[in-house]
Amino acid sequence: MTTASTNTQPAERGWYKRNEIAITPWLFLLPAILFFAVYVIMPIAQSFWISFHAWDGLGEKTWVGTANYERLFGIGDQNMDRKFQISFWNNIKWLFLYLLAIPMGLFIALFLNQTVRGIRLYKSLFFFPFVISQVVVGLVFSWFYLPNDGAFDQIVGLFGIDISGGVLGNPNTATYGIIAAGLWPQTAYCMILYLTGLNAVDPEQVEAARLDGAKGWKMLWYVIVPQLKPATFIAFVVTIVGALRSFDFIAVMTNGGPFGSTRVLSFYMFEESLSEFGFRMGYGAAIAVVLFFIMLGFIVYFLWSMYQDEKGAH
Amino acid sequence: MFPTPIEKQSRGMQIGYQAFLPVALVLWLLPLLAVALFSIKPDADFANGNFWGLPSSFEAFNNYGKVFFESNMPRYLLNSLLITVPTVIGAVALSAMAGFALGVYRFKGNLLIFFMFIAGNFVPFQILMVPVRDLTVSLGMYDTIRGLVLFHIAFQTGFCTLFMRNFIRALPFPLIEAARVEGIAEWRIFWYVVLPLMKPALAALAVLIFTFIWNDYFWAVVLTQGPSAQPVTAGITEFNSQFRAAYHLMSAGSIVAALPPVAMFFLMQKHFIAGLTLGAVK
Repeated sequence: MTTASTNTQPAERGWYKRNEIAITPWLFLLPAILFFAVYVIMPIAQSFWISFHAWDGLGEKTWVGTANYERLFGIGDQNMDRKFQISFWNNIKWLFLYLLAIPMGLFIALFLNQTVRGIRLYKSLFFFPFVISQVVVGLVFSWFYLPNDGAFDQIVGLFGIDISGGVLGNPNTATYGIIAAGLWPQTAYCMILYLTGLNAVDPEQVEAARLDGAKGWKMLWYVIVPQLKPATFIAFVVTIVGALRSFDFIAVMTNGGPFGSTRVLSFYMFEESLSEFGFRMGYGAAIAVVLFFIMLGFIVYFLWSMYQDEKGAH
Repeated sequence: MFPTPIEKQSRGMQIGYQAFLPVALVLWLLPLLAVALFSIKPDADFANGNFWGLPSSFEAFNNYGKVFFESNMPRYLLNSLLITVPTVIGAVALSAMAGFALGVYRFKGNLLIFFMFIAGNFVPFQILMVPVRDLTVSLGMYDTIRGLVLFHIAFQTGFCTLFMRNFIRALPFPLIEAARVEGIAEWRIFWYVVLPLMKPALAALAVLIFTFIWNDYFWAVVLTQGPSAQPVTAGITEFNSQFRAAYHLMSAGSIVAALPPVAMFFLMQKHFIAGLTLGAVK
């Protein structure tokens, strides 16, 4: 059954000793797999199961088939759930705008990639926003956006712009205001990835390109960016995951409002399952399943990329 | 080096760069500086509309005193600590073992299990929410620190295993083979050969997980309620409703809540960045 048992060991060395190499990894894996299976793998399956039920979280589950999904997507003679629709489009906005963190992070990294006195401290301080909890960042930004008294309102006021109700009080601007707050720590994260990447850029290639007359944007695009590919990949992964996990900011800054305009799927799911509107766990689970499938597309892509790397390494 | 080192450029450029650095930093950290400023202002400044000007009197001791002595903040901070430290120990221990198994041994399903840990690490929290909450309630651990810790350990094991396994892969394998030839038991190889070499990875993960868990908000709201078990991220909302529109106190509270991971970051900066940027360089 194993590679180790092909050795001709003396019979008196017990069964464990003979199969040590085959058994040890499983013993070492056991606790981690157990925890992960109970708290991560099984719950995914259970959520699928619950999404076919009507359930208040306490009593009996009632099988409703695909009714939850029909209500979400408006299949049959009903309209698509408007809250779901808004949440979905907000998720798309988050995904695209959040990706701005990658070029912005690269830009700041290029700006800071020098060796002047005290640059290490500058780099740390630029990275600072990422270390603070999103709840605190959200609070800070909601004060920054306060109508009339907030710094943002006063600054744009200088240009004669007046956002009625303040950034977060206006349904047209609220989501963008929250995304801007989210971009702040995310840019810091991408910056640190690129600073590490820039450190490893091959100086000989840069010199060679310089001799060939490459400089500025051309140098950046054709020589530097290709070498930063691993950093870009990780920046992409963490930014996508971050965009789809955007819950804290919304809960803290607007709680989904005004008029439900800042909901995203993760927030809407939470609201349906655990809020004053009642515990509609089945419907919530159905929303979670939709979100899961959106994420799954990216997960498959991430794993496929990593698999290519693994194959290349051996 | 790219961009061109500033030393190789004109004197004017150099001075310009040096002068612009602090300006850029202040602009970048403006929101934080504003909160720091808020937290030392007296209440009256906000009533008078003096939001962004200099404080009319220095009230830091007063404001921070209120946070520590007239609110549930100390309790929340303690809860955060009691949640974070066991999670760090648990997740690092589980993943060191799992990483060892996946990094050192070749067996059927190795890559599959590894990918399961990675994939699980990326799933949206919401797909886990209802069943995990249900499980925690039925174990009698709803609104307890234990319930939160168990879940955090399990979830963080995914990311930590990815990290540990890749770190162990990069260790010199002949070392392990040599130990085997000597007839050393496998678990002893783990304990005496591999673990000592993993110290940088253990340190990096410990600081990262500390920060992630300290800053967690979603699971705190889903699995706990009230000051008996809630961590400071969730507690700050209760704190804010206690001091509604008292910006000086809310700011002081936010700074207190944010401080431990910040301190951790500045103390363990090298490990922290090594952990975050794992894989950013091939």
